[in-house]
Amino acid sequence: MTDSDVWWSFKSSPLTVAAAVATILIVVVAFLSPILAPHTPFDPATLSLSDGLKPPVFVSSDGDWTFPLGTDDQGRDILSSIMYGTRLSLVVGIASVVVAMTLGITLGLLSGYLGGAVDAVIMRIADVQLTFPAILVALLIDGVVRTVISVQRHDEIALFVIVGAIGLSFWVQYARTVRGSVLVEKNKEYVQAARVIGLSPLVIMVRHVLPNVTGPVLVIATINLGLAIITEATLSFLGVGLPSTEPSLGTLIRLGNEVLQSGDWWITVFPGVTLAALVLAVNLLGDWLRDALNPKLR
Amino acid sequence: MAAASNNPPLLEVRNLRVEFPTRRGTLLAVDDVSFDIAPGEVLGVVGESGAGKSLTGNAIIGLLEPPGRIAGGEIRLEGRRIDNLAYEEMRKIRGARIGAIFQDPLTSLNPLYSVGRQLIETIQTHLSLSNAAARTRAIDLLKEVGIPGAEMRIDHYPHQFSGGMRQRVVIALALCAGPRLIVADEPTTALDVSIQAQIIALLKRLCREHQTAVMLVTHDMGVIAETADRVAVMYAGRVAEIGPVRDVVKHAQHPYTKGLMGSIPSLGVRHERLTQIDGAMPRLTEIPKGCAFNPRCTVHGARCLVERPELMTAGSSRAACWRHDAGGVGQPISKEMVDA
Amino acid sequence: MPDGSQNHFVQLEGLKRYFDVSPPWLVRALEGKPRQIVQAVDGIDIEIAKGETFSLVGESGCGKSTVARLVVGLFPPTDGRIEFDGNDMASRRSRAETASLKRRMQMIFQDPYASLNPRWRVFDIIAEPIRAFGLSKDRADLEKQVGDLLRQVRLTPADGRKYPHEFSGGQRQRISIARALASQPEFLVCDEPTSALDVSVQAQILNLMVDLQRRLQLTYLFISHNLAVVYHISTRVGVMYLGRLVEVAPTETLFRRPKHPYTRMLLDTIPDLDMTGRQRSPVAGEVPSPINPPSGCTFHPRCPFANERCKTERPQALPIEGGTVACHAIEEGRLPVEDRTY
Repeated sequence: MTDSDVWWSFKSSPLTVAAAVATILIVVVAFLSPILAPHTPFDPATLSLSDGLKPPVFVSSDGDWTFPLGTDDQGRDILSSIMYGTRLSLVVGIASVVVAMTLGITLGLLSGYLGGAVDAVIMRIADVQLTFPAILVALLIDGVVRTVISVQRHDEIALFVIVGAIGLSFWVQYARTVRGSVLVEKNKEYVQAARVIGLSPLVIMVRHVLPNVTGPVLVIATINLGLAIITEATLSFLGVGLPSTEPSLGTLIRLGNEVLQSGDWWITVFPGVTLAALVLAVNLLGDWLRDALNPKLR
Repeated sequence: MAAASNNPPLLEVRNLRVEFPTRRGTLLAVDDVSFDIAPGEVLGVVGESGAGKSLTGNAIIGLLEPPGRIAGGEIRLEGRRIDNLAYEEMRKIRGARIGAIFQDPLTSLNPLYSVGRQLIETIQTHLSLSNAAARTRAIDLLKEVGIPGAEMRIDHYPHQFSGGMRQRVVIALALCAGPRLIVADEPTTALDVSIQAQIIALLKRLCREHQTAVMLVTHDMGVIAETADRVAVMYAGRVAEIGPVRDVVKHAQHPYTKGLMGSIPSLGVRHERLTQIDGAMPRLTEIPKGCAFNPRCTVHGARCLVERPELMTAGSSRAACWRHDAGGVGQPISKEMVDA
Repeated sequence: MPDGSQNHFVQLEGLKRYFDVSPPWLVRALEGKPRQIVQAVDGIDIEIAKGETFSLVGESGCGKSTVARLVVGLFPPTDGRIEFDGNDMASRRSRAETASLKRRMQMIFQDPYASLNPRWRVFDIIAEPIRAFGLSKDRADLEKQVGDLLRQVRLTPADGRKYPHEFSGGQRQRISIARALASQPEFLVCDEPTSALDVSVQAQILNLMVDLQRRLQLTYLFISHNLAVVYHISTRVGVMYLGRLVEVAPTETLFRRPKHPYTRMLLDTIPDLDMTGRQRSPVAGEVPSPINPPSGCTFHPRCPFANERCKTERPQALPIEGGTVACHAIEEGRLPVEDRTY
């Protein structure tokens, strides 16, 4: 399969192109939020309570063009909050996918190539972990960290805790996929040719086997990015994720949810819509990639 | 043409074209192929991978894999056109009038059903027989293809048979409704040499006893020499040479056939080097102008580069080569003869 | 060529390799199933002289590919010795000494599509052994060596920049050969190197192998199921059946005066391409499972000449007409040796 085949299948699917455009747009806007955002919503110095609870401009004449999507009870601009929040969600999502991927690929390679007892131990751990939902594993890891360190300290390292927690809860899928591919690849003759030369197993794993198992890993990573973002949002919504001083999309939804009953719907709905759009776009990309790289479906 | 063609042909293929639309343009995989098969005749279709031999077979049994499609020409079975039939109609003909045997016996059988059930089902699809009568016929078929203990083996599952025995079951399955034509695509390729010989002998015997015509598609010239009455040699989607098997094997007319025969190591005289045809068959996207074989041909002339040769009478065969008479019948062609 | 006094280049002595194909321990314990051992190679003695082509033929499952993999050290033998140019391959030695032995023997594989790493450029594929054994002085020297190797197999140095998928099956097999030659080996193990190729391409590869052997004084262990190819390329031939050697003989002797009934049966399966109408006896039966091979001579259930002794006693290799044959019927003179013509 050549790269041009992938490009062709990309071009011929309008939905995929739309998803890619949406993803790129969200990512670019999110990462440029310090420049693009009209306000810095979490700098207390810039906030004024008199701006509090303004509705979006297009639903009510009370709206103010300074705050196109309205403000929350503290007078923070919703649009700016969403931009910063999306950036944080993306950072957590990408970082935890990288953690899961690194761990999963390493363990999968070792398991598949070495086999025997190493394989048995790694795969049994994976089996056990798979019986718990990922969110439960993440909750557990976060809970353990919370009991070990102080609340204040926890807020400082909350980002790392949540990345680690989500990363650790998603490695199994990578490990299993990589192991499966390695079992196929290691019996191929090019690997035997490398063994005849007398290369060490480590060199063969990294230089020969690894490049040939990256395809499926890439697919899982894309699909998992959406999942990781959702998991972070869920954890933050439950209040065990990122603190409200540093809100991600999930935190924003939680904060808005608290005042939803009083009719200030925009505080929670706009972050929710952004989250849904981001995850949907990323998942559509993942689905396309899976089909494009799967020779059986072409 | 062979003696067998005194009878009206059972299968007529005329100017068959099979093409594959791809995003880089339409590829012509089978290009203007014509041949006949008489009742009781075995026609070997031989060629290297990518020559279009299997596609020709699949087109005849109506099982071209999409996006491949018949783009032109006619296929007639017993005088009736079958290339333009609807899928359901073709399905009835396949099985009843045409049997198919594929390379891998394991994938031709359903692993979940006993071979008896598969045989009886096929028999009852095409013939109106009672359960008991169909079972009797199934046992007879298994006996006929040489499966020992057929009464007991009929209730066994495909995995309980060895490779050779499985291929025999597949042949029995193809024979269920007493077809007039069997299309066998590489029926021996997946089998060990000793089993190959057994399956070839079986095919020959069945063909003789039932006057069934066989189209035998294979890359193995040895199988063709053993089995076929006539042989069509395919190259890059076209028939390069067609004729009685003995003439094609011993007195090839087309330079490609000559090269092909010379490149097979033979017992008897040991040569230091085998005759080799340099290069490889062109991909479908890069078929050269004129004769498709010209870049690899040692005797091509100016005409071969621009004009495509049709099949023309050459000795007792027909060959698609402007140079078929360059060296006289049966003589090895050499560069000097052409230059002279 | 093979006479006992001479020191052989490659020597296999009582070589055995068993594979455990039992179901997992738990399944065995629960269902009371016994261990299942495949005797893939069951006691083989072969001597290969320098510069010759020794071929192993047999049907699938006879263990010929396992022998190839044992010889190059892809897995260790269960029992027996492999000696290469006087060195016992099993004895412990330093890294450098092991590398210097490994450098001298290489392997060519069957499947031209699986034997080249699809993610590597051809240059890197061929350069790998040179780098691994430290055989080049600098980058320029490496490029020169790879270029020469590509030319040697009738490709061009520019082909080094391409990926394997840009080549046809025959060209890939040339790349595979170039890689095998990169470490300047003396001994090449060729496992069905042409069986995945079309005949016209097969002829190109066989011719190339013959040319290279002459030019580089290579010794080949050639594994194949195709008797015509074996006849064409070999100096001596060993016929394997169910993990054992049934007959070894110089090529002409094996094809003209075959002794073992299995050899005769195999020769009968060669298609008659010359259309001479040669008479051939029908072949019966199939190769039994190597998990529970028949007792005595493993060929006895298919052998028309088998008697009680064949069912119980394993025949030993007897020297005869420059080769060896393991058959009671030949030993007892029950089976006359006849000349064959083709």
